[in-house]
Amino acid sequence: MFSRFVSFAYLDRGVRPNPYDFAAFILLLSAFVALAYGSRGLTLPLSAPEATAITLDYAALPYYALRTTLRMFAAMGASLVFTFIYATLAAKSRRAELVLIPLLDILQSVPILGFLSFTVTFFLQLFPGSMLGAECAAVFAIFTSQAWNMAFSFYQSLRNLPRDLVEVSNGFHLSPWQKFWQLETPFAMPSLIWNMMMSMSGGWFFVVASEAISVGNTTIKLPGIGSYLAQAIEMRRIDAVVAAVATMAIVILLYDQFLFRPLVVFGGKFRVELSASQTKEHSWVADLFSRTRWLSAIMTVPVEFLSSLALLRLEPGFLRPKATDKHEHPSRVLDLLWISVLALGSLLALRYVIAFIGNNLTFDDIRESVILTSFTMIRVIVLMVLATIVWVPVGVYIGLRPTLAEKVQPLTQFLAAFPANVVFPIAVVLIVRYQLNPDIWLSFLIIFGTQWYILFNVIAGTTAFPNDLKEAARAFGIKGWHWWISVILPGIFPYYVTGALTASGGSWNAAIVAEYVKWGDVTIAAHGIGAYISEATVAGDYPRIVLGVGVMAIFVILFNRLLWRPLFGLAERRLRLD
Amino acid sequence: MVETRANAFQSSNQSSQAPVQTRPETPKILVEAKNICQSYRTGSGETGPMVLDHVSLTLHEGEIIGLLGRSGSGKSSLLRIISGLVQPAAGSLTYLGEPVTGPVDGVAIVFQSFALFPWLSVLANVELGLRARKVGREEARARALKAIDLIGLDGFESAYPKELSGGMRQRVGFARALVVDPNILLMDEPFSALDVLTAETLRTDLLDLWVESRLPIKSILMVTHNIEEAVLMCNRIVVLSSNPGRISAEIPVTLPHPRNRLDPEFRQLVDKIYALMTKRPEPAPPGREPVQPTHTLAMSLPIISTNTLAGMIEEIAADPYNGSAPLPELADSLQMEIDDLFPVGETLQLLHFAELGDGAIRLTPQGLRFADEEVDVRKQLFGAHLLAHVPLAAHIKAVLDERQNHRARASRFLEELEDYMSDDYAEQTLKSVINWGRYGELFAYDENSATFSLEDPH
Repeated sequence: MFSRFVSFAYLDRGVRPNPYDFAAFILLLSAFVALAYGSRGLTLPLSAPEATAITLDYAALPYYALRTTLRMFAAMGASLVFTFIYATLAAKSRRAELVLIPLLDILQSVPILGFLSFTVTFFLQLFPGSMLGAECAAVFAIFTSQAWNMAFSFYQSLRNLPRDLVEVSNGFHLSPWQKFWQLETPFAMPSLIWNMMMSMSGGWFFVVASEAISVGNTTIKLPGIGSYLAQAIEMRRIDAVVAAVATMAIVILLYDQFLFRPLVVFGGKFRVELSASQTKEHSWVADLFSRTRWLSAIMTVPVEFLSSLALLRLEPGFLRPKATDKHEHPSRVLDLLWISVLALGSLLALRYVIAFIGNNLTFDDIRESVILTSFTMIRVIVLMVLATIVWVPVGVYIGLRPTLAEKVQPLTQFLAAFPANVVFPIAVVLIVRYQLNPDIWLSFLIIFGTQWYILFNVIAGTTAFPNDLKEAARAFGIKGWHWWISVILPGIFPYYVTGALTASGGSWNAAIVAEYVKWGDVTIAAHGIGAYISEATVAGDYPRIVLGVGVMAIFVILFNRLLWRPLFGLAERRLRLD
Repeated sequence: MVETRANAFQSSNQSSQAPVQTRPETPKILVEAKNICQSYRTGSGETGPMVLDHVSLTLHEGEIIGLLGRSGSGKSSLLRIISGLVQPAAGSLTYLGEPVTGPVDGVAIVFQSFALFPWLSVLANVELGLRARKVGREEARARALKAIDLIGLDGFESAYPKELSGGMRQRVGFARALVVDPNILLMDEPFSALDVLTAETLRTDLLDLWVESRLPIKSILMVTHNIEEAVLMCNRIVVLSSNPGRISAEIPVTLPHPRNRLDPEFRQLVDKIYALMTKRPEPAPPGREPVQPTHTLAMSLPIISTNTLAGMIEEIAADPYNGSAPLPELADSLQMEIDDLFPVGETLQLLHFAELGDGAIRLTPQGLRFADEEVDVRKQLFGAHLLAHVPLAAHIKAVLDERQNHRARASRFLEELEDYMSDDYAEQTLKSVINWGRYGELFAYDENSATFSLEDPH
C-alpha cells in the first residue's frame, strides 16, 4: 500500500491532474446538473398545477433564472443551425439569394413581439396540451430576435472569403463539406461571435416578454424570470420586482463571465489580419480550462473526433471540384422563369393578406394604424435625438480618458444586455403615483434599454480616434464648438451611426411593450402603434395585429432605407479613419 | 551542419558544370498549354478585352520557368489556368498528356500573400492538404514534419501565422506546397511581399534545395515582375507583353548556379530583357486583330500620382542621367521593380513627356521643359498634354464645355468606360483622370455629389 503510494508520487508531474482540473471539473459538473434540473419541467402537461403556477418566493428565483437561461440557449442553438443553413444557401445559390436576402432584410425590420400571439397559437396546436408547445413558442420568439443578424453576418462573410484562401482550398481539392469547416466557418467566426453576442444581449428582452403571455382567453406563464415579473406586477409586489431585477443582473454577469468572454477569446483566434492584435482579450474561464491537464487530455478525444468529422469528404466521387468557369453564362430564361414564379407567389400572398384584413377591417382602421405608427415614429425620433444630445458628450468625455473608459465600457455593455422591460413596472409605479402623462413619460421606456448602444459606440469611437489627430487639433489651437464640429463629431460618426442604428431598431421593438404597461389591475397606455398591437393581442383580434405589425414593419423599413442607409453610406465613404 | 554545407557546395558545383546535360536529352513534357485565351468581363457582363491572347507554353521536367510581365499582362491569369483553378476561354491544356478540367493533383501553388489559414498552426497548415486527401493522421504528421524540417521551420510547428515574420510565413507556404509531393510548383510572385534581405535568403535557400535535387518537384513555374529575380533563378524566361497578354520573347538562361548578380553576363541579360520589354509593341499578327475595335476610350490608366510623375521627370533630367536614363540603373537607384517603374514610364510616354526604348527612358523637349519650370507653368503644361494625349480627359472636358451649366456626373463616364473594360479598371481609370485633371486644372471634381465641373469652389 505504502509502496504504491510512493510510486504514485514518482509519477511524472505531467500526468497528475492539477488544481485547474478540479476547478474546471466542478464548473462542468454544475453545468450538467443545472441542465438536467432545468429541463425536467419541459414536458409537463399544460393542466398540471405546477406547470403554470408561479410563486413569488425568492427561493424559486434561481430555478426560474435557470429556465430562462436554458430557453435562451435553446434559441441560440436554433439560431446557429438556421444561420448555417440559410446563409450558406443564400451565398451558394444565386437564385436562392434573390429571395432569401431581401426576405432577411424585411424580417430584420418586423417587430417580432407583435407576432407573439400567432406563434403561441401555432405552437400550442402543434403540441396540444403540453408545456412543450408554450416553450417552443417562447424559444421561437427569442429565436426571431437573434437569428436574422447572425444569418446576415454569416452570409456576408461567405461572400467575402479571401480569394487566395479559396484558391488554396480548391487547389487542395477540399470538398464543399471540408471547405465549410476549414475555411468558411472559421473565417466567419469573429463576426458571427460578435453578432451572437449582440443577439444574446437583445434576446434577454424577448425572453422576458415572451414567457408570460395571454392571447384572448389563453394565458400562459412559463416558469422563468419573465413570468415571475408578470406575477409580481399582477400582485403589485414591488419587492418581487426588485428581486427579479437583481436576479437578472446576476444572470447577465454570470453569462458574461462564463460564456461571453471565453467566446470572445476563442473568436480572436480566427481573425484574418496577419499581425497580432494590440488589444488582447482575456477571460479567466478560458485561462482556467486551457491550464487544466487531465481535462485537456480527455478533451483531445472529442476534439480529434470532431476535426476528423470536419475532414470527411462527404461527397460522391463524381462531384470533383471544378475550375471556376468565368465564361459560363447563367441561363437568362431560367432566371426569368424563377423571378416570375417569385412575383406570382408574392402577389398571391399579398392578395391573401389583403383579403384577410379586408374582410374584417375598413379603410378607417388602416388610417388609424398609420396615424398611430406616426406617433410612435415621432417618439422614436425625439428620443433618439434626446439620447444623442445626452450620451454623445458623455461618451466623448469618457472616451478621452482611457482609464475611465476601461472601467465604464463593461458597465455600458452590461446595461445594453440588461432587459429594460424588467424595470418597466418601477416606471409604471412612478407614473401612477405622480399622475404623469403616459404619452410623454412612457416614451422614455422605449429608449431605456437601447440608449446604451449609443453610449458604448461613442466611447469606442472616441477611444479609437487617432492620437495624432487629437494632437494636431491641439497644436493648431482648435477648441470649443469648432473642435466638436470639425474634429471629434466627424471622427466618431461611423461609430455613432452603428450604435444609433442598433438603438433605433431596438426602440421600435420596445415600443410594443413600452406603450402598454400594467401594474396590478391598472393599465397605462400611450397613443401609438405599440399599444394598438398590444391591445389587439390581449383581445385576440388577429386582423388588427396583422395590420398593426404590417404598417409598423413598413415604417421601419422606410426608416432604415431613407435615414440609416444613407448615413451609413456617408460614414463609409467620407468619414472612415483608416 | 558543416557537412551538409560541403555537400551542397559539391552538388551545386557539379550541376554548375553541366546544368543541362544532367537532364535527359528530350525532357519529359509535364504541362502543355496551347493557344490559351482569356478575357475580362466588362461592367455590363459582356466579354471584354482579352487578357491572354493565344498563349502557348510548354513546361518540361527539370526546368524553372519565369513568367515576366507587367501588370495587365495576364501572367497571374496564366498561372491560375495552368493550375486548373480557372478555366480558359479558349485553348487546350494538358497535364502529363491528360486534358485538365479542374484543379490538378500534381500541382501546388505558393502565393504572394502567403494565403495561410490564420486559425491553423504552422503544422496544421502544412498538414491540411494531406488530411483533405485522406492521408492517415500518422503519415500526414510525419510528412508535414519532414517538409517543415526541409524548409527550415523546425521549432515553429505550433506557432500561428500571425506570430511569424513575412519570411517565415512564406516558408510555411513553401512547406505546405511541397508536402503534397507535387510534380510542379507554381509560384505567384512569391517574394514580392517580402523585404529585400528576406526575399534574397528565401530565393537562395530554395535554389540550393532545387540544385541539390532535394525537392520532390520536377519543375517550377514562377510569375514575377522582378527581372533580376527571373535571371537569378530561371532556366527559361517567358516575357509577356501587356494588353492583351502575348508571349513577346522566350529567353533561355544557361548561366550556372549559383549565379552572381555582378557577373557581366548576368548584367547583359538583365539589360537585354529591359530592352525587350521597352520595345514598341508589334502589330498583331494578321488574322488575330483584336476583336474589339480599338476605341479611344478603351485605354485603362494606372493610378499614379502626379508627384511621382514630376519626381521621375526631375530624376531623369538631373545628374547623372541628364535626360536619358537606362532603366536597370534607374530601377536600382530608385528601388523600384518593373511593376512600379513601367507604368510610370509608360504614362510619361503617353503624355509625350518621355520616350521608352532600348531599355532606357529619354525625356522629350517638353519633358525637359517641365523639369525646368515652376509649379504653375508645370501644371499648365501638364494640363495641355493631358488634353492632347489622353482621350478620356479630352472627352470629359468637351462634355463640360458643351453643357450650359458646365457640370456632368461621373457615373456617365464610368458607364462609357465599362463598355470597354472591367468595373475595377474603369473605376481606376476614372480616378486617375480625376487626379491628373485636377492637377492640370482642366476641371474640378466634387466627391460628395460625384460630379465634374469647370470651376473650383471659390
